Amino acid sequence: MWASRLLKPSWLPARLNRARATLAKDQKLELGKDELRPLYMDFQATTPMDPRVLDAMLPYQVNFYGNPHSRTHAYGWESESAMERGRKQVADLIGADPREIVFTSGATESNNTAVKGVARFYGQRKRHVITTQTEHKCVLDSCRVLESEGFDVTYLPVMSNGLVDLELLEKSIRSDTSLVSIMTINNEIGVKQPIGDIGRLCRSRGVFFHTDAAQAVGKIPLNVTDLNIDLMSISGHKIYGPKGVGALFVRRRPRVRLEPLQSGGGQERGLRSGTVPTPLAVGLGEACRVAQEEMEYDHQRVSALAHRLIQTITSQISDVILNGDAIHRYPGCVNLSFAYVEGESLLMALKDVALSSGSACTSASLEPSYVLRAIGADEDLAHSSIRFGLGRFTTEEEVDYTAQKCVQHVLRLREMSPLWEMVQDGIDIKSIKWTQH
Amino acid sequence: MLLRESSKFPSYNYRTYAVRRVRDAFRDNRSVQEPELLNRLLQEGEQRLQMIRRQVLVGQLYATQKSIIE
Repeated sequence: MWASRLLKPSWLPARLNRARATLAKDQKLELGKDELRPLYMDFQATTPMDPRVLDAMLPYQVNFYGNPHSRTHAYGWESESAMERGRKQVADLIGADPREIVFTSGATESNNTAVKGVARFYGQRKRHVITTQTEHKCVLDSCRVLESEGFDVTYLPVMSNGLVDLELLEKSIRSDTSLVSIMTINNEIGVKQPIGDIGRLCRSRGVFFHTDAAQAVGKIPLNVTDLNIDLMSISGHKIYGPKGVGALFVRRRPRVRLEPLQSGGGQERGLRSGTVPTPLAVGLGEACRVAQEEMEYDHQRVSALAHRLIQTITSQISDVILNGDAIHRYPGCVNLSFAYVEGESLLMALKDVALSSGSACTSASLEPSYVLRAIGADEDLAHSSIRFGLGRFTTEEEVDYTAQKCVQHVLRLREMSPLWEMVQDGIDIKSIKWTQH
Repeated sequence: MLLRESSKFPSYNYRTYAVRRVRDAFRDNRSVQEPELLNRLLQEGEQRLQMIRRQVLVGQLYATQKSIIE
């Protein structure tokens, strides 16, 4: 049963997956040879690798396979210099020093290291950590672990537009707060938090500020000095880089200390032991370099495409809600709720397009996404939300096709919906008393 | 030449991106006059061309089904 879970594509609903798992074992989950591939509109879940990144990585997969920590021969030296080059490229993207970058296995590990590491190191005198309710599961789970170790964690609520209330944050900071962790761009609704203001507030109160910038790095300009960020998580496969690698920025001035999660040979300044995977580090570095070059161009394109998508959809159907603030957002993450339509059935109908409802990490459960619940979306609207992810490789044709199919299926599903009929007749849904049969 | 090689990508998304990006890059750099900058751009163009050739090959080695939009 767990194997079929691993293979499941994120656009199939959980109950259907459980049914599939119990079907004959020779049921294929891969596309047949003659089937056409769906359009990929799920850039928040992961991104395809940029050809430039793969090109930079291949030599290190094939010929330059040395361990970068081997100090005694050319294989080690060339591997190490490639790793350091990658490190510099990552640092340049966020305005940091290369010595402040630690390679990890991904943003999840970076988040775990940052949250648990900082809290535990300063845990003698500082027992309070602040985060938000819309953070990624790994941050929330790390905080839960900290709670079980006796720390106090405040989960800040967000306003209905998804943004954090700065006054509330200021009030929540106590004298024994060691860390504030707030993500830059939310992976489900695309909302961009006021990182500069939060950073300034934290710096003025002497609290470390960690941000999970997995969805933001390389897409919006980020400078860790200007924004007063002390720790930042970076994910490789969200910026057209390889999967399985990420980085953690740990500020050196003023020095941020943390207790390492992974013990071993002391690599990465003792913060993350283990051989650094040279091809992946090279790939991450190249992805960051390409992202820096292409940031302006990509941002313009993605904004135009997102605008086109939203325009096409909202001009043809009514009762569509954009979740999250309309201005403070990353344009490439469009989360729309279609009233009176069930999200899962819409996803199944849109089988030619790879989309998701709720984030990939939580799509195993049947509950609506906790992020949507945190922004106060109605239960039924939360169930009818779809996330469209646009990115560097999306084309106008794909956006038009997706919008068209979406409109077509929403209209069809609404035709079949008795709720929609009642709304058309002018009945107020909320005033209905549903009875048990 | 860059455009011709770019159009050989087997993957729809890579192909459209490469063609579009090359075209836009040439359009943006149309008015560059300084010889130093020109030289650097030409060199970069050469390197990009080699990269595109290699990646087109890799794409063809691991070709998969076509996208629905084609």
